[in-house]
Amino acid sequence: MNETAFKRLKDLPSQRLLGTGTPLCAGCGGLEALHQIYDILGGRSVFVNAAGCMTLLAVYPFTPFRGAWLYTAMAGAPAGAQGVRDALDLLLAKGRLPPAEDLTVVALTGDGVAYGMGLSATSSAIERGLDFLYIVYDNEGYGNTGQQYSEATPLGAKTATSLRGFAGRKKDLFAIWTAHRPAYAATVIGAEPLDLARKLEKALSLKGPRLLLALAPCPTGWDFDPKDTVEVGRLAVRTGVWPLKEYVDGKVTHTRLPHPRLPVEDYLRTQGRFRHLFEPVRDEALLARIQAQVDDYWAGVT
Amino acid sequence: MSRQLLTGNAAAAWGARLARADYIPAFPITPQTEIIETLSAWCDTGEMAARLVTLESEHAMLTAAAAAAATGVRVFTATSSQGLLYAMEMIYTVAGWRAPFVLVNVSRGLASPITLEPDHTDVLAARDAGFLQIHCATCQEVVDSVLMAYRLAEDARVRLPAIVNLDGYYLSFTREPVELPAPEVADRFLPPFEPHELAFRASQPLSQAVVVLGGSTYSYFRYESHLAAQAALAVYDEIAADYAALTGRRHDVVETWRLEDAEYAFVMMGSFATKAKAAVERLREAGVAIGLLRLRLLRPFPAAAIRRALAGKRAVAVIDQNLSMGRGGVLHGELAAALYGQPDAPPILASFIGGLGGRDLPSEEFYAIAEVLREAARSGVTPPQRLLYTEHELRELRKLQAIALAERHDPRLGGRGP
Repeated sequence: MNETAFKRLKDLPSQRLLGTGTPLCAGCGGLEALHQIYDILGGRSVFVNAAGCMTLLAVYPFTPFRGAWLYTAMAGAPAGAQGVRDALDLLLAKGRLPPAEDLTVVALTGDGVAYGMGLSATSSAIERGLDFLYIVYDNEGYGNTGQQYSEATPLGAKTATSLRGFAGRKKDLFAIWTAHRPAYAATVIGAEPLDLARKLEKALSLKGPRLLLALAPCPTGWDFDPKDTVEVGRLAVRTGVWPLKEYVDGKVTHTRLPHPRLPVEDYLRTQGRFRHLFEPVRDEALLARIQAQVDDYWAGVT
Repeated sequence: MSRQLLTGNAAAAWGARLARADYIPAFPITPQTEIIETLSAWCDTGEMAARLVTLESEHAMLTAAAAAAATGVRVFTATSSQGLLYAMEMIYTVAGWRAPFVLVNVSRGLASPITLEPDHTDVLAARDAGFLQIHCATCQEVVDSVLMAYRLAEDARVRLPAIVNLDGYYLSFTREPVELPAPEVADRFLPPFEPHELAFRASQPLSQAVVVLGGSTYSYFRYESHLAAQAALAVYDEIAADYAALTGRRHDVVETWRLEDAEYAFVMMGSFATKAKAAVERLREAGVAIGLLRLRLLRPFPAAAIRRALAGKRAVAVIDQNLSMGRGGVLHGELAAALYGQPDAPPILASFIGGLGGRDLPSEEFYAIAEVLREAARSGVTPPQRLLYTEHELRELRKLQAIALAERHDPRLGGRGP
């Protein structure tokens, strides 16, 4: 990533192209990332959405988007993106659409769709080489229905359906994507805007299936004060819980190597969903398991 | 173009080709697959300037179909039975997008038990979705109906997607003489798709299918779709007249056969109605004044045409090739709703269920139904709902079960003994 327009924070656009006043929760980490993305992507885009928190961005007859929007259904975003992209390509090829009218096709879904119900449609969209950008806001649960555990919920997290802490392990969506050999895949977070901007810039310079997987700290679902969204996000990166990386040309590169890597406890302590790990007594075994998961991951990073 | 022998599936593919469909999202399922194979071959040779994309499911196929239609291209797609059900969330969803396209459904009975042969329970599951529905009885009707469905769906007064239905096997794999309209005739009948305000463009940002809050806004859009579907009735008549003027073939919302002077009537839908026609001929020869009413349009529901056609009849038999569990025939209920309390409505509206999963409706059953109607007219008593099934069929089934059971118990066949 040498030729970037984003060398330092002040290079980032601050046009606020995405309108405000939406019904999303205060401190939404997904919206934080989306604002940054939209400032760079702009309105020459069509967002194909699936059921989730962000479905509530556009409520009839208002929308915060400068560009186009199509709500589909929970499993429908990649297939909807396919239909829109194919139709635009056909219109361009047949001379029925001037090239200036073309749009970037974007799928926008939460983790419930991206890791679960929409995965079959996503897999085949990547397999077909669909030229689209898939933005995931991953708040590690079915957030819009009150934070039940999803396939993206991490070990130990309390959700509305795992009151004693989630016993499973967060699915590795990034690895699933890269196994398909897409044009591009990256993890991002709103708390690291420069990293996010560079990755989006890279993604937009490529054609084909491209993923931006954004960890979305969720004050409502994770139980922390909305003012702390940025801090929680930073700690996710600095503790190594959320590795920032990208896949391009068959190679995975980590764009931040947390050094020194803080103990996961520093991240877990910020959120009520992990409070049971510390109170009334410390769950040393589970804390050690979570730390070991993160250590194991980084041990494999060269 | 001259007459040629075509299967119902080939006729459906020709409909898409003559309509100059731009985009064909596809997914194979018996007995529909021949449609997409035919279209795929035409796309490969360049005989069709279209793009065919195989999705990973019918749910995705319907989503892509409607998304492409909402972007402003003419879309054709096809499915059947379990595929239609797998897509059902999107069938309901995309109808509200008001993005017109045509879906051919090749009717096939629904699981369980799983089967391949036809009845109408599959397509009736889409009855309330907002798709218009045209039901065909011949291969000729299939190609004609696909072209008519595009005109109807795309009409500015309608703007709803449409299903054209044909029966699996009985039409899908049966060759019949079909006269294809010449391409220039089809072009004159069906001008290029005009997306109007429907379309995603850089210069005209558009939000489609957004959330509404509250029942009032929701009701507004649901009523809009319903009113548009109802408006399609009058539009259909114009289109049928146009099509007849260009091709000499007129397909009305209902087909009547020897009904005008009839005292009794069969009411049916789909290709099995041709069996009823043959039975009507024999019954007429035997002196029974009976006729046939076949519904071509199911949505919008041609209630006025049905009332007119059945006014003054002594007794009517609705033969449903579908089954709503715990209720009975779907068409019977629809007919009753259309006729109840109307002046001159037939006093007897009898319900028969038959032809499920491709089970035949032999002539003898039509004769028996006619006899039931005559008796009901004499007695003034509506007969109870009848599930068509013969003693012979039941005996054969019991025999099969007995053989299977005997084999299970026969130690010589590896069974565990009595």
